[in-house]
Amino acid sequence: MNYQTVIGLEVHLQLKTKTKAFCGCAIDFGKAPNSGTCPVCLGFPGTLPVYNKEALNSAIKVALAFNCQIQEHTKFDRKNYFYPDLPKNYQISQFDLPLSRNGHLIIFDQEHQPKRIGITRIHLEEDAGKLIHEADSSLVDFNRTGIPLLEIVSEPDLNSPQEAFDYLSSLKSILEYLDVSDCDMEKGSLRCDANISLRPQGAKELGVKTELKNMNSFKGVKDALTFEVKRQTELLQAGQNWQQETRLWDVQKGITVSMRSKEGAKDYRYFPDPDLAVFIINTPMISKIKAGLPELPQEKMRRFMRDYSLSEPDAKILVSSKNDARFAEDCINRYPGKDKKNIVNWLIGPLLSEANSRKLELHELDLDKNELINLIGFVQRQEISLLSAKTILTRMIDSRKSAQTLITEGNLLQISDTAQLEQVIAAVIRENEKSVADFKAGKTNALMFLVGQVMKKSAGKANPKVVTDLIKRRLV
Amino acid sequence: MELNQLTAHELLDKLARKEVALEALYGALYGRIQKTESKVRAYVRSEAARKTVSSSPGPLNGLPVTIKDNICTEGLETECCSKILKGFRPPYDATVIAKLKKSGAGIFPLKANMDEFAFGSSTENSFFGPTANPWDLGAVPGGSSGGSAAAVASDEAIWALGSDTGGSIRQPASFCGVVGLKPTYGRVSRFGLIAFASSLDQIGPITKDVEDAAILTKVISGYDPNDSTSVNLDVPDYTQSLVNDVKGLKIGLPKEYLVEGMDPEVKSIIEEAVNKLKSLGAVSKPVSLPHTEYAVPVYYIVATAEASSNLARFDGVQYGYRAKSDNLIEMYKKTRAEGFGEEAKRRILLGTFALSHGYYDAYYLRALKVRTLIKQDFDRVFNDFDCIVAPVSPTAAFKIGERSDDPLKMYLSDIYTISVNLAGIPAISVPCGFTKKGLPVGLQIMAKAFNEEMLFRVAHTFEQNTQWHKLKPKL
Repeated sequence: MNYQTVIGLEVHLQLKTKTKAFCGCAIDFGKAPNSGTCPVCLGFPGTLPVYNKEALNSAIKVALAFNCQIQEHTKFDRKNYFYPDLPKNYQISQFDLPLSRNGHLIIFDQEHQPKRIGITRIHLEEDAGKLIHEADSSLVDFNRTGIPLLEIVSEPDLNSPQEAFDYLSSLKSILEYLDVSDCDMEKGSLRCDANISLRPQGAKELGVKTELKNMNSFKGVKDALTFEVKRQTELLQAGQNWQQETRLWDVQKGITVSMRSKEGAKDYRYFPDPDLAVFIINTPMISKIKAGLPELPQEKMRRFMRDYSLSEPDAKILVSSKNDARFAEDCINRYPGKDKKNIVNWLIGPLLSEANSRKLELHELDLDKNELINLIGFVQRQEISLLSAKTILTRMIDSRKSAQTLITEGNLLQISDTAQLEQVIAAVIRENEKSVADFKAGKTNALMFLVGQVMKKSAGKANPKVVTDLIKRRLV
Repeated sequence: MELNQLTAHELLDKLARKEVALEALYGALYGRIQKTESKVRAYVRSEAARKTVSSSPGPLNGLPVTIKDNICTEGLETECCSKILKGFRPPYDATVIAKLKKSGAGIFPLKANMDEFAFGSSTENSFFGPTANPWDLGAVPGGSSGGSAAAVASDEAIWALGSDTGGSIRQPASFCGVVGLKPTYGRVSRFGLIAFASSLDQIGPITKDVEDAAILTKVISGYDPNDSTSVNLDVPDYTQSLVNDVKGLKIGLPKEYLVEGMDPEVKSIIEEAVNKLKSLGAVSKPVSLPHTEYAVPVYYIVATAEASSNLARFDGVQYGYRAKSDNLIEMYKKTRAEGFGEEAKRRILLGTFALSHGYYDAYYLRALKVRTLIKQDFDRVFNDFDCIVAPVSPTAAFKIGERSDDPLKMYLSDIYTISVNLAGIPAISVPCGFTKKGLPVGLQIMAKAFNEEMLFRVAHTFEQNTQWHKLKPKL
């Protein structure tokens, strides 16, 4: 039997506001344990939370970017449970009136077809502290306590580990555009838990849910889900039943391990936090935040396709990172002439492969955009070959020298001088009698081969167009 | 008269004219405490240094204020009279304390006894033991601000701050024959008040007369950016309301308050007080607050639900008492089992139950809805009336131990005070007579939200035309 995979993701996102969600503590990750705290975030008796408008604004920004409906009357609730990293033994969160609901984002499948993934809700809450376990005791660091956290819950609309990965990439890309979070899974500013179940293809009812935790990269999420699909498929095929459970991803072993099976549903005894009045997000406030939203990746992609005649895959590559998109657009604008295909090819071709080989983003290559355009000019005027230009690009990134300097240093100007080239061509014709004969017999491939030989002999400096013309003139 | 027997406004005059040295005043207070505290036991941790507290310059000229043990005082132990907060010295002042200091007041170094976490109506639920009523040492002073009220009544304090969640200022003020005001919810910052029930708690003054209450209320009131439930409204100069005039004021008398169980003696004292106001030109009419009968159950659901969550932080991790234990869960359990008293445990359990899955809608949510109805009862009356006059408590002070085995009876004694907290409106208790046994009875006056001025006006007029507030207990 074939099974359908059903995945929903729950993302927790630390907002990079100046201060914590409910107190005035500056957020600074470099601080010594517990030095970034105050009586309010430590939950000392008598202290009261006051909500941070910046966090609220960021949350609304995110909700709008994900096409959510904003709740006009929203409130904070207390989620009650005992844990030492939670100084009040309740977390200020949002329960029945979350800030926003019913959003979505678009991912693209292998065939570049768009797929809409529902977002159930986005709400604002406070982060907990960190436990540090030592041999015979445990310590608590409350620096993280009270950092504003967004919970972004997706609908179970994802049907493969790859889709989950694409959802996260798209989510991260949008969040980066909004500049509201560092989105760093390794550092914990973005955390992701996954719910996965399998059901027979075509079935309406969902299968038994498994919650996956402890993934610390997007790849980890994908790998853990891939493992689970395989594990659960095997169980189903063996006719086994199992209980809802929470499993931890063990990145070393590449497996998931059961952490706990479903105990009775936890009772968090949610109730409205009486310390924080209900607040109203009115239409003018929403309009103002909406007007301040930056162009988001998919809008930018459509604009790139329209304005610069880019193909969808090319545009998608360029907009996936906000800074890269800015870098690319700046290059495109500086590039003279209406036809931008040439500069785009350079960006997604040689430049991107330089970036990839250096494990950097495009903009991090720190390339002088005018020099890049100069370099392309040399190729266009056929003063250097494309091959040489790629070598120069590498050197340009390493040395920050100008294109002109590097061409001169490398003696890479193309030879278009016929007298100089005739000598090389004569030698090549002499050494490749068979190819000459083939060409004369009408095999055009032979011409390409002869041109290639000339290029080789001239260390890539010969102008291939001139060479082709000269050979033809000699042999025809 | 000794200096400690004077009212705050009398002392402020003398201090301003430099007729009195602060040292002499402190000397008189400590002398009185030396003499009567062993009987009254209004204060806790009496080993605290007895010294003249230095103060910053300001209109209050160093005049000391006695503070209930649930209001945070920087560096000064604040334990809510609970073992679980043993040794807790807040690293911050409550906003009211900061305001007092800024106005030049001194913070009296001894803090006032109270029911543990303000859970009670008798001050018997204190970890430090009960306070006695200065008028009858065998009777309770009321609660939970019983220490504050007893200290003021016995001249062991000039004036004091208490907190009122369901009557905890007004009822002890009534039992001890002093003035007590619960301000409008949001009038006074709760920052630094160790929360019992966040949506009901309010700090207020307990004083020897209405003028003192007006002065102290002005000092502690006002918007506080650290408390999002405080309201951003100008604070009037309440001393301007101290006029001797109630002519033409319309007074509502809730008919639901004349219930069974009300002591006939208290009833006739209240009726006399109403007649007094009428003789001064006020007009009174019966009014209806139809949802009164639900106030007690609604209150005990809302207040305990909030309390169960507010008190979760007392877990032995960061401050206060921690029981010795081998692991986390055991530490939680033992710390809370050993650190909380019986009444605290009872209320935490009640509140936890009311918020539990499957019960939330039936209890907490329904209670919130009825709370709205109770509030609307008052809104309706205040459309036509300037104030409501009622008893504070169905009886005068009861004997120590008399009700401690019957929590329900104890809860029912809050019947006249808790509606005010549920509705968020202000109310004052002012002495209005004595029982034959010589126990004081207080008159409660309620007004609409943020109309404390009406309370001061009516209470002051009543006071100016009666002598009850001038009587002192023999100790």
